[in-house]
Amino acid sequence: MSTPDSKRIEQEDPVEYVETTTDELAPLYRQMLAIRRMEEASAKAYSQGKIGGFLHLIIGQEAVCVGATAALKPEDYVVATYREHGHAYAKGVAARGIMAELYGKKTGCVKGLGGSMHIFDKATNFLGGYGIVGGHVPIGAGAAFASKYRGDGRVTLCFFGEGASTIGGFAEGLALAALWKLPIVLICENNQYSMGTPLYRSLAVEDVSLRALGHGMARDRFDGDDVVKVKRRIGEAVERARTSGEPTLVEVVTYRFRGHSMSDPGLYRTKDEVEEWKRRDPLNRCRQRLIDIGFADADLEALEADVKAEIEDAVKFAEDSPPADDYKSYVVKE
Amino acid sequence: MAVISYREALNQAMKEEMDRDANVFIMGEEVGHYNGAYKVTQGLLQRFSERRIVDAPIAEMGFTGIGIGAAMVGLRPIIEFMTFNFSLVAIDQIVNNAAKIFQMSGGQYNIPIVFRGPGGPAVQVGSQHSQSLESYYAHVPGLKVVMPSTALDAKGLLKSAIRDDNPVVFIEGETLYNTTWEVPEGDDELIPIGLADVKRAGSDITLIAWSKMVWTCLEAAKQLAEEGIEAEVVDVRTLRPLDVETLATSVKKTGRCVIVEVGWPVAGYGAEVAYQMQKHCMDMLDAPIERVTSDDVPMPYAKNLEDEVQPQVKDVIEAVKRALYLI
Repeated sequence: MSTPDSKRIEQEDPVEYVETTTDELAPLYRQMLAIRRMEEASAKAYSQGKIGGFLHLIIGQEAVCVGATAALKPEDYVVATYREHGHAYAKGVAARGIMAELYGKKTGCVKGLGGSMHIFDKATNFLGGYGIVGGHVPIGAGAAFASKYRGDGRVTLCFFGEGASTIGGFAEGLALAALWKLPIVLICENNQYSMGTPLYRSLAVEDVSLRALGHGMARDRFDGDDVVKVKRRIGEAVERARTSGEPTLVEVVTYRFRGHSMSDPGLYRTKDEVEEWKRRDPLNRCRQRLIDIGFADADLEALEADVKAEIEDAVKFAEDSPPADDYKSYVVKE
Repeated sequence: MAVISYREALNQAMKEEMDRDANVFIMGEEVGHYNGAYKVTQGLLQRFSERRIVDAPIAEMGFTGIGIGAAMVGLRPIIEFMTFNFSLVAIDQIVNNAAKIFQMSGGQYNIPIVFRGPGGPAVQVGSQHSQSLESYYAHVPGLKVVMPSTALDAKGLLKSAIRDDNPVVFIEGETLYNTTWEVPEGDDELIPIGLADVKRAGSDITLIAWSKMVWTCLEAAKQLAEEGIEAEVVDVRTLRPLDVETLATSVKKTGRCVIVEVGWPVAGYGAEVAYQMQKHCMDMLDAPIERVTSDDVPMPYAKNLEDEVQPQVKDVIEAVKRALYLI
């Protein structure tokens, strides 16, 4: 679909890759691949009627959550949206717990009470997936406020889509993070469509990162095709937050290959457009890069087999788990 | 025992709890340097510094959410709304986040937070500043809703709210700040959330109310006593959870019940109380349960109209006489 006045970042082809090593890149590729396979498995289970409700897949955008989260320490916090399976996995939440949650099972990471849009995991400091667009941006700022209050040196990453940039929660979270100098990195995953509405029909100025300027906040903007680039650039913002307590608004331009949710046939964009972005698939590029810098074929084969086994195990675990059975214990803490 | 104001009682509660627990902080508009729009936080900035008494800009949704996020990771915020009317721009945070995160996270993250500030009509401040929003919040599982009527209850209940591990909506009576009551000195006088309180004993009829309407009912009871009618006044104090037992015990004793609230009639909290009383006291009721509410209109400005809209002592007396089949 044409975007006549689009200021989007055109992805270069071939990409100028950021310097890396197989030791650094292989685990990132492994995470991206596992997320891709987990999302594919959940789409399959959804079409079989085993997963209900809304299911928002992150396929095509994996480099963003994986690269960004790789810049963190385990004690740092992550807050995300309803499209958060990948973020949870990248933060360390096991595929078993995520998949069982999608299945609505007792063994799900939130005991079948949250579902696809509400993955939480205290052990890995994953502060949740939220279904009200932009409403979680103040929550992320609150975690960062607590870090500043305590002086514990932790950093919060808060992910949201460009569709959130028009709602009040984003505006107020941004304003207060800037005013109080909270150690947070606000990451706008600009996948160019807020549900079915393209950028040029939802934003007067398509560069979301410019919003930082009015608040005297640091900003960055780049494409999300190279996972190492994402890690480095988010790493700079994380370092700024950790050392000076200053927030950063970062916009990463990306693309989702699937519909907004499973029920979306994606009629608002052309097949050619989607195919063009698929040709630039960050996962494939990451794999090729890994080969180019000398990752052995045997190692790659082993890694991919390992991922396949992990996701198959997660699906089996979800299938075999008992149904959720308690909806009364967590309304009020006694 | 000292006689102190409702305002002072709230101030003491926060001061004592902040002395006790370094995780407690206050955030809201004008709470620090201005000493609070209603002076409830008077002097706290000097005692606790800007780190713990945080003046927020006008961004209720933002600072309410920040409080919730901070509570998720272990702080115990007190979020002050300058008035609860302004909580409506933050209600998404309270309902969708504060109330649900404990459940959504499968019990991993509880939210120990207090949302407090004045609610209910004051005097001639117009329709946008004169609302009783307790029914909105009492509707939501995951929240606790507290509305004290006296300085004694205000202090003891606020201390309990601050120590509670759940989100507590604590609505103060905007016209009650200068009222006084005997309040024991000392840090440990807590009043548990979830208990109603008989404010006046009586045998002929039960008046159920909360916040400002408790005072209206006490005055009505006084005037009724002059006519030989002894009304029992029960202060709900906590709307969620509701202490059905204390209320039902009184209604079973008197056989008659009038529920008085400042809020609007349709889907007002009193309707839930009426349902609970008929369910639990059906066989003991000698008359239909009466409700006294504000008129079903946005609040007018003119003083005479404002008084006409809200429940007055005479309206309560009239409802009592209807329930006693005297009129």
